[in-house]
Amino acid sequence: MLKEFYTVTTVVNGQSYKRVIEPRMSLCDFLRDELDLTGTHVGCEHGVCGACTILVDGLPVRSCLMLAPHADGADIQTIEGLANEDGELNVLQWAFREKHALQCGFCTPGFLTTITAFLAENPNPDREEVREALSGNTCRCTGYQHIIDAVLLAAETMRADK
Amino acid sequence: MGKKTNRYFGTRQRRNEDPALLTGRGLFVADVHLSNMRHAAFVRSPFASAKINGIDTSAAKKLPGIVAIITAEDLGELGRPTPLVVPPPPIEGLEFNQQTQVPLASKRVRYVGEPVAMVIAETRYLAEDATDVIEVDFEELPTAIDLEKSLHDDAFIVHEDMSSNVAARARQFKGDYAKAAKAAHTVIKRRFTYEHGMAHPMETRGIVAQWDDRVNRLFVWAATQGPSLLRGALAGMMGMNEGDIRVIAPFVGGGFGVKVLYYYPEEMLIPWVAKRLGCAVKWIEDRGEHFVATVQERGQIHDAEIALDKNGMILGVKDTFLHDNGAYNPYGLTVPLNSQCSVLGNYVIPNYDSTMTCVYTNKPIVGPFRGAGRQHGIFVIERLMDIAARELGLDRNEIRRRNYIPHDAFPFNNELIFQDFTVLTYDTGNYEPALDRMLEVIDYKKFIEDEQPNLKAEGRHVGIGIVSYMEGTGIGPYEGAKIQVQSTGRVRVVTGIGTQGQSHFTSFAQIVADHMGVTPEEVDIITGDTDQFYWGAGTFASRGAVVAGNAINEAAEAVAKIALEKGAEHLGCAINDVALEDGHVVTIKDTTKRVPLGELALLANPMRGAVKPGTEPGLEATRFFGPERGTTANGVHGVIVEVDPETMFVNILKYFIVHDCGVIINPMVVDGQIHGGVAQGIGNAFYEKIEFSESGQIQNATLADYLLPTSMEVPDMDVEHIETPSATNRLGIKGVGEAGAIPVAAAFAQAVEDALDLPAKGIELLDIPLSPDALWILTQS
Repeated sequence: MLKEFYTVTTVVNGQSYKRVIEPRMSLCDFLRDELDLTGTHVGCEHGVCGACTILVDGLPVRSCLMLAPHADGADIQTIEGLANEDGELNVLQWAFREKHALQCGFCTPGFLTTITAFLAENPNPDREEVREALSGNTCRCTGYQHIIDAVLLAAETMRADK
Repeated sequence: MGKKTNRYFGTRQRRNEDPALLTGRGLFVADVHLSNMRHAAFVRSPFASAKINGIDTSAAKKLPGIVAIITAEDLGELGRPTPLVVPPPPIEGLEFNQQTQVPLASKRVRYVGEPVAMVIAETRYLAEDATDVIEVDFEELPTAIDLEKSLHDDAFIVHEDMSSNVAARARQFKGDYAKAAKAAHTVIKRRFTYEHGMAHPMETRGIVAQWDDRVNRLFVWAATQGPSLLRGALAGMMGMNEGDIRVIAPFVGGGFGVKVLYYYPEEMLIPWVAKRLGCAVKWIEDRGEHFVATVQERGQIHDAEIALDKNGMILGVKDTFLHDNGAYNPYGLTVPLNSQCSVLGNYVIPNYDSTMTCVYTNKPIVGPFRGAGRQHGIFVIERLMDIAARELGLDRNEIRRRNYIPHDAFPFNNELIFQDFTVLTYDTGNYEPALDRMLEVIDYKKFIEDEQPNLKAEGRHVGIGIVSYMEGTGIGPYEGAKIQVQSTGRVRVVTGIGTQGQSHFTSFAQIVADHMGVTPEEVDIITGDTDQFYWGAGTFASRGAVVAGNAINEAAEAVAKIALEKGAEHLGCAINDVALEDGHVVTIKDTTKRVPLGELALLANPMRGAVKPGTEPGLEATRFFGPERGTTANGVHGVIVEVDPETMFVNILKYFIVHDCGVIINPMVVDGQIHGGVAQGIGNAFYEKIEFSESGQIQNATLADYLLPTSMEVPDMDVEHIETPSATNRLGIKGVGEAGAIPVAAAFAQAVEDALDLPAKGIELLDIPLSPDALWILTQS
């Protein structure tokens, strides 16, 4: 039987949080409204556009399709947790700026989290692999070309830095 | 006195706005959280056409967390039909039948999604719970859905106080088409259709309003393209002073036309209810609502003909077209007027006769979406040119070249009233070099003489499309800017337009940086806050860079002059002996003799004594710019496609753009605008179509069913720039926002026809969007 309220304990961007919430609360609303982490954006609320993508235990997840109670005990990373410790843009964020991979910036958090997971798995992708990796995220401003350029630049820079 | 040199203007500069957006710190309207904030949800009509016999909110009122339930009877003065945003144009003989909606329907609904009741609750979840149990007694009525049938004598009439569904009728003409057609060697007649599509910015619409009775002011955050326009609209609807309302457009997640002022019900109701309840209220549209509650575009049917002499010279064009208006027409004739004017394309058309009929249907409201009617016009004329070339045995590029408006014929008066109500005049243009460059980069000759025959011999279906287009941009009325040097030495620019991704924080900073001798990073641009800058219209019609950009240029010039004067005085020399450099006023002879701008700003605001008579404090100036008329950009798109004859899937192999938007501020930004426009054009040409049922339901109202192009469908593009300066403004710039989207369907249709050798089979592609199934049906018949 559904309980009226659930206690959710999660680690988000390295910080622990504990909240008592309704079971129906989506994870994106939990992050945005309960934790005030509004960098995760909600584009369609039906799992298609990818804007709300976050990393749950390292894997990209549509936070609009996951209920917050399911995140109990999870280790979550959002856009707010991507920058370097000194607050500087990380390599992927830097590459997005260099290549003009964002215009309005609304879909960008979902792209950055998706690509973070992709590059962890495939640090040396070719252009077509990048294209495919982005295909679950919709951007209505850029036409994707500069995003692909940015991912390739980031991958190249990360490899050189290692 | 130092003269401005272009150090940053015209160069690729990384964007100032990016760090905030890349780290999740950019403020969008959905991110606004206020104390004592309530949440709204709407009950919308599930029918495209129905009578409302009653609304029962009693069960909903008993639910937990409900603050208020509002229906039409609660609205008082706010419940009247909203004003027109755009009045009818001054066209002789115009018929215009105004119908605008009321914020909440009480007697009749005319499209699926029309708001009927508003719930205010402690959370959005609770508000939506209540919308489920509000009982509306709808009595379903017949519908008018099909554009053509809605004009038939037996059609259902959308507005019961009218005798037909004609929303407007306007004929514009020049010369005498009938006479020209009589003398013609060839007359070609075709019917072209263009179906409904949507903009779908990734951020839906949204608004937060807060009434503060301690200061008697209304604070509004809105995902809007026109904050000053929204403030004016709210003042008018609520009987308030404009100055008592502050509208802030924070970062806006894409607009593409659908976030300009339409008197959207939610945008009127949320501020009104916040004032009534004395609290903050938030509403964020969800994607399902967006499909019905936000304006759509594109539905038109054109019966067009072109008359030519034997050399392929255009003698005249005639076009009679229907424009699907949706259920109301708050935006007047902007979209169909753009279509009417865009049929003229890049060509000398001595005789033109165009009659538009706008039709009310039981569909969501139609308003401008990137291109805003221009792509329909370009599709018509470019397809006619393709067919004419074929019938006259001319090369597709040659017929265009022969008919281009010659470089020395500008300014070129087209004698029609344009969307800005001025006479449509192309200010400058140079079309042949753009075509020449396209033929070079796409290697046209080699493709048609060598590559294509070889590939076709291998059984592959490849084709090429090359089309021309123009875009009226940068229309008035005006924009303004105030520039102020801060005591830190940073330069602060405030302007009335909002920003939805156009890189204003960078492009505008580049303009200012050159005048002020600072870097673009040292310039702070503040947009879209009516308390920061009172006057303005908004970011639409590809006008931001042209109109606000020039206002900013003039303000920067004025502030630079003040800084030089004060600096010269401080350094004890003549104004001609100083320059702005490195954040300082320096003496030209010895640049180590210098004073920082921040220090001058402090000196210009003395706390004792008096400033000199006739002078004003601070390093500050405000300027406005209003162009006499718009400025016309142009270009050529070239595409090579391959079609799989089994699946009819079209694969874009190459996409080239040669574009002329006048003088460029930041080529990286312009490339981005073009890429995004083309991507939307590709969706428009091949993927996106709203499927209406006969009862007016949208049958594909999710993003899983309405297909926005992904990275798999949008190819890499090569963009080349030609710079023909505009004659309407000192910076010489033309707008670029919509350009990319305009010619794609025409290029796509030409290329697919070519790939499948359709003309040889007696098939022509005259309807947009194409799709694999549409192509399949066409080629099987």
